[in-house]
Amino acid sequence: MKFSYYPGCTLKTKAKELDIYGRKSLEALGVDFEEIKEWQCCGAVYPVAKDEVATKLSAVRTLAQAKEEDGKLLTLCSACHNVLKRVNEDMKSDDNMRLKANNYLALEEAYNGETDVIHYLELLRDYVGFDKLKEKVVKPLTGKKIGAYYGCLLLRPNSVLAFDNPENPSIIENFIKAIGATPVVYAMRNECCGAYVSVTHKEIAEKKSANVINSAKDAGAEMLVTACPLCMYNLTENGKGAMEVKYFTELLAEALGVKE
Amino acid sequence: MQKIGVFVCWCGSNISATVDVKKVAEVLKAEPGVVVSENYQYMCSENGQALIRNAIKEHGLTGVVVCSCSPRMHEATFRKTCESAGINPYMVEIANIREQCSWIHKDIEEATEKAIILGRTAIAKLKLNAPLTAGESAVTKRALVIGGGIAGIQSALDIAEAGFEVDIVEQSPTIGGNMAKLDKTFPTLDCAACILTPKMVDCAQNDKIDIMTFSEIESVKGFVGNFKVEIRRKARFVNEKTCTGCGVCMQKCPAKKGLNEFNMGLNNRPAIYIPFAQAIPNVAIIDPEQCLKIKNGKCGLCSMNCQVNAIDYTMKDEIVEREYGAIVVATGYKPISLENFNEYGYDTYKDVVTSLEFERIMNAAGPTNGQLVRPSDGKHPHVITFIQCVGSRDTSGCGKPYCSKICCMYTAKHAMLLREKYPDTEVHVFYIDVRTPGKNYDEFFRRAVEQYDVDYIKGMVGKVYKEGDKLMVQGSDLINDEQVIIPSDMVVLAAAIEPNPSVRKIATMLTASIDTNNFLTEAHAKLRPVESPTAGIFLSGVCQGPKDIPETVSQASACAAKVIGLLAKDTLKCNACVAHSDEMICTGCSVCENVCPYGAITYVDKEFRLGGGKTEVRRVAQVNPAVCQGCGACTVTCPSGAMDLKGFSTKQIMAEVDAVCKR
Repeated sequence: MKFSYYPGCTLKTKAKELDIYGRKSLEALGVDFEEIKEWQCCGAVYPVAKDEVATKLSAVRTLAQAKEEDGKLLTLCSACHNVLKRVNEDMKSDDNMRLKANNYLALEEAYNGETDVIHYLELLRDYVGFDKLKEKVVKPLTGKKIGAYYGCLLLRPNSVLAFDNPENPSIIENFIKAIGATPVVYAMRNECCGAYVSVTHKEIAEKKSANVINSAKDAGAEMLVTACPLCMYNLTENGKGAMEVKYFTELLAEALGVKE
Repeated sequence: MQKIGVFVCWCGSNISATVDVKKVAEVLKAEPGVVVSENYQYMCSENGQALIRNAIKEHGLTGVVVCSCSPRMHEATFRKTCESAGINPYMVEIANIREQCSWIHKDIEEATEKAIILGRTAIAKLKLNAPLTAGESAVTKRALVIGGGIAGIQSALDIAEAGFEVDIVEQSPTIGGNMAKLDKTFPTLDCAACILTPKMVDCAQNDKIDIMTFSEIESVKGFVGNFKVEIRRKARFVNEKTCTGCGVCMQKCPAKKGLNEFNMGLNNRPAIYIPFAQAIPNVAIIDPEQCLKIKNGKCGLCSMNCQVNAIDYTMKDEIVEREYGAIVVATGYKPISLENFNEYGYDTYKDVVTSLEFERIMNAAGPTNGQLVRPSDGKHPHVITFIQCVGSRDTSGCGKPYCSKICCMYTAKHAMLLREKYPDTEVHVFYIDVRTPGKNYDEFFRRAVEQYDVDYIKGMVGKVYKEGDKLMVQGSDLINDEQVIIPSDMVVLAAAIEPNPSVRKIATMLTASIDTNNFLTEAHAKLRPVESPTAGIFLSGVCQGPKDIPETVSQASACAAKVIGLLAKDTLKCNACVAHSDEMICTGCSVCENVCPYGAITYVDKEFRLGGGKTEVRRVAQVNPAVCQGCGACTVTCPSGAMDLKGFSTKQIMAEVDAVCKR
């Protein structure tokens, strides 16, 4: 089975570490994947508008292209994952949207939501398996106390994302355990980082970041991991370096011994 | 040739809105054998029944087909009607054109066609019906009550009051159930112990009632009026008859680390213990997991100090077999486990407690002697936040979809008692809706808000986390449209309630049906709310659905009335539709005997004449018609086709199938 890998724009610019270490780790784990050809923007936040067709089209193109391969679209950026999965759900269950999008795109074969949108963490959990991952770890991060930062995009809306329990997630904690480190559970791990409010009301975003970081610190975390470039921005820029934050793929590559 | 009458019911608009009832009656009139076909607005009404009776007399009918609702609803009604007009009641067939037709279809033409087919099917079967006579079986005049909480206690007392013997089987070491743990009861705020313990004593002193605590149902055989039940009396390592409940053993016991179940694990108890001061029976029990003597042979202090030699470390479980005419299920509830609700910090912070734990903390006989202190540091809390609907009305899959019904009232009670006893405390309550229907209930809740200044916040809580010494309760206030964070000293969670986990096993043994939430299903949601669809099984208390104490007691008494009605009969009419074996075909293979769930089939060696003066002894199956419940398991299993069911013979069923398939 081959996974069609969708990096998205941020991973090619601001969040290169997320992408590079993600690929290296996949290779180390022996996962068969290929970057999807001529991928386009996922649509960013716009496709989330329920009544808008045009903004969803680029996402549908990507989804339809993955269908032509093995039908497994692998995502890494939390925001891309959220958007692609939600557009896919619309193509599956919203008759009106499916009809209009297909009429507009006029693909050789109509797209009806056949592709599975799989986040990298879901791949580790469901396809590789955390037990198997543990066996492949060569440099366990023993003793490192790491807090998982989920943010919102991976978890909600739960009815569509079906990623983990949105109130009590455990997937990143299990990942942290698999790479040999110690997960630190803290209350604010699924609270908002400040998101785009950072642009208009920086003071609010700063407060939100501080909230997350203080909660993690109080619980004894030495570092946070995230899968989201926007969370990374807020926690580092607005967090003013109060806490080390890394992409989970970087730690994964380190544990697998493929981080140069 | 039979003379058949067909009677098509409109059921008001229930049937007639989707099925052209006049057409159904008209078409069925043309069926061979049908001499009269009528339709009427309400066939079950007195006028409708008179229509059937008159037709029977006028046309000399030999059989009747009623196209109406489910036979579960009115088969008995129409059988009686026909019997009164001189037809054998088993010459009545019901074609269900309501539940299985009009209610589930929209298209009038299609539904009408289906109703006609269902009518034809019933006619085809009726043509092969034969008059049947039901036998009789004796009723064992003793009832079993499973569960010794307030529901079981009330049912048992009422049944005993009517003069029948009752056994209460309770899995824990004392009767009293959850109610015994409560402090005060809404809406009158009388103390739970004051109203419950006299009833417990009444049970103990009533010579018609036999209480078996620390016991479980092992197996159930038989049928209504004649149940045979095996009860496992688990070893309590203390002789119940000789123990006087003096409590010296508890003081001497050196192993004091067992969690006190009665106090919801908030403090410890010795390995030998009496659950609480008013326990019934008031005798000790040894926890073998904690007892040093049982674990490693060293100790024996309790035995040495027991004045009446009641301790027996080698006691074994004992199986008691009893016979009953009726069984009451009163297995009650437990609060759900909160493992899916870690966001409220129940497992993380000691000062986040459940309402039942809070009940023990407020109780004068509880772990803190009724002093309100935090479990973590023993300090008096000044801000207490209650969170309602923890796992109730939950559509996320983490909790239960239903309303637990009791939480709004007990939370109002807790809040009010707190403000009354400790006016210096600040009390907040998060709620989705406040649901307080019931006599004097809404007045009670309003008193909490208006008189006691309890701060009710409409909204749900996202999480509880610790900041310094405070538990921060983060929630939404929907009325002010804002996020609120309330620094609290203690948080009380109104956990949803669910049926006692033992109920699944018990329901299976009783062949009583349960719903998706493990609540026992009643025979009819409105008209038979205290009976299980399985004859002879009755439902008392929360095992049937969430309810508070007044409602539980009402239902328990209603349940007792039904049991008394059954036990007052000397005999019960058996099911006439029983299996019988054709001895000329039976090969004696025993397959039917093995599948019969009621033990109704036995094998006998019988002599058969072969002709020419020769005889042969063969082993053949015989059915005891008093025990057979007509389930049909044997008829489908029998490899030679010797076994058949009266009223539902293979021929009749094939005739029905043919009628359905015929175009």
